[in-house]
Amino acid sequence: MHSDRQSRTPMGLKIAAGLGLAFLHLPILLIFLYAFTTEDKSYQFPPPGLTLKWFAVTWNRPDVWEALGLSVRVASISTVVALVLGTLCAAAISQTRFFGRETISLLVILPIALPGIITGISLRSAFNLAEIPFSFWTIVLGHATFCVVVVYNNAVARFRRMSGSLIEASMDLGADGFQTFRYVILPNIGTALLAGGMLAFALSFDEVIVTTFTAGQQSTLPIWMLQELVRPRQRPVTNVVAMVVVLVTFLPILAAYYLTRDGDQISGQGK
Amino acid sequence: MSTATIRAGAILPGRGGVGGALSDAFWRNPKLLLFVMLTPPLLWLGIIYLGSLFALLLQSFFSIDEFSGLVNREFTLKTYGELLRPSNLDIIVRTVTMAGLVTIASAIIAFPIAYFAARYAKGRWKAVFYLGVMLPLWSSYLVKVYAWKLILAKEGILNWVFDKLHLTFLIDGWLALPVVGGNSLSVSLTGTFLVFVYVWLPFMILPMQAALERVPGNLLEASSDLGASPRQTFTHVLLPLALPGVIAGSIFTFSLTLGDYIIPQIIGTSHRFIGMAVYAHQGTAGNIPLAAAFTVVPVVIMGIYLWLAKRAGAFNAL
Repeated sequence: MHSDRQSRTPMGLKIAAGLGLAFLHLPILLIFLYAFTTEDKSYQFPPPGLTLKWFAVTWNRPDVWEALGLSVRVASISTVVALVLGTLCAAAISQTRFFGRETISLLVILPIALPGIITGISLRSAFNLAEIPFSFWTIVLGHATFCVVVVYNNAVARFRRMSGSLIEASMDLGADGFQTFRYVILPNIGTALLAGGMLAFALSFDEVIVTTFTAGQQSTLPIWMLQELVRPRQRPVTNVVAMVVVLVTFLPILAAYYLTRDGDQISGQGK
Repeated sequence: MSTATIRAGAILPGRGGVGGALSDAFWRNPKLLLFVMLTPPLLWLGIIYLGSLFALLLQSFFSIDEFSGLVNREFTLKTYGELLRPSNLDIIVRTVTMAGLVTIASAIIAFPIAYFAARYAKGRWKAVFYLGVMLPLWSSYLVKVYAWKLILAKEGILNWVFDKLHLTFLIDGWLALPVVGGNSLSVSLTGTFLVFVYVWLPFMILPMQAALERVPGNLLEASSDLGASPRQTFTHVLLPLALPGVIAGSIFTFSLTLGDYIIPQIIGTSHRFIGMAVYAHQGTAGNIPLAAAFTVVPVVIMGIYLWLAKRAGAFNAL
């Protein structure tokens, strides 16, 4: 059926696909080059010279460290909240059938299906109406709202492949609900949750649109970058930060990929 | 023998302790378990998130007093009337046109990548293509925008390449055009368009690939066996089957472009987009009602779009 497919790949398709991938990746690679440039006034290409000086300069900038610290703390807590809410929702949706099920899955997707600016401004005006001052927790509130969907998507996909008979067998053999969760469900969905959590972390770590509305005076790393983009003060430092951000977000993505890759061999899926 | 002893023999005794009792209660009454599981996410999303959305919607029916600048909390459609002013209508038309063009361009660029990955890539190449789309999708939004600032700058790489190829006149000619041109690519609508396409492209590729993977290969073979040219197979077999994926992807590219205010602010002209108008009205101007009315525009457009997409069966490809 799929006999000689490989040999018949049309040349034009190969070229178009290759060019498309290059289009996606070259701009990011350019960031790496600019982190080493000696030019500090403009975006001159090719760089007149290469230096490691800006890494040391960036290392000694307290404002960068502060922004980084805030971003990591916000992303960690939002991820934990998203993990709890996303898993609960996914379990309820995939294990049972009930009225309003479709509505709930739509509700979970809504925060990313609607443009971020709407989530941002509605949260901001709600904080204003309720007279809640902007703080660390208002940022977390916004981030967790749109992180839930990432965890939910990963967990729902895994729950779908997991056979319900495993849970029934566990209960029949005398385990109570909590034991079943701990020894049967958790080992099966663990990697999916880890992957979802990592993606949620990356999403929160990078978020800027909602954060501009919920952050008040504090800057997360993306807010710091946005300020540098609108009013550049020290371009080389921005270049270095941009490169570090790329590296930091790539790691969880790669890890999430390797964690969910073998998801096909989940137990009980041959039902 | 009394019925009590028969029951005791057939059914295990209840578990001791609070955990055991809870576990038993959940087993006997699945609805209780469902309720307990759904309450936290529904409280969060239903009350905090939907509540805020409704509060915003409510404020769009308020108006602002033009003399004092204070919000007048009486229901009126005056603010929506302001949306129809020529300058505001301009913003809406510009944004929707941009979103449409970005969606079409993304679909065209995404198709070969998605098709190759779905049908021809095997083993290691499959992984390469998957990560090749996932990494740009997840890498920092601002870094991607920043990269394009480097690329499109006057002294940047794009002008350098065109200069080396002695093709600078092409860029100059394009920039001299009325609407799409400007002083340089980084302050033109062309630049805004390019960055939008770049940033949202992966959101188009993934659902497209998912849809294409579900197209049975033998249908395409049957089509060509029956004498269809590759072009006919594409328009009459492949495209209709892949359409739900294209629509699913377009939901993302369209919605994300409608609401974005950072890209046109960093790379673009002084002409406003909906997102920038919302940001400006709620910020320095303090005109929350008008900002709220502006946000209703993308919500309504996306509502109609999602409804149409659902009818076309696009949600199964998400």
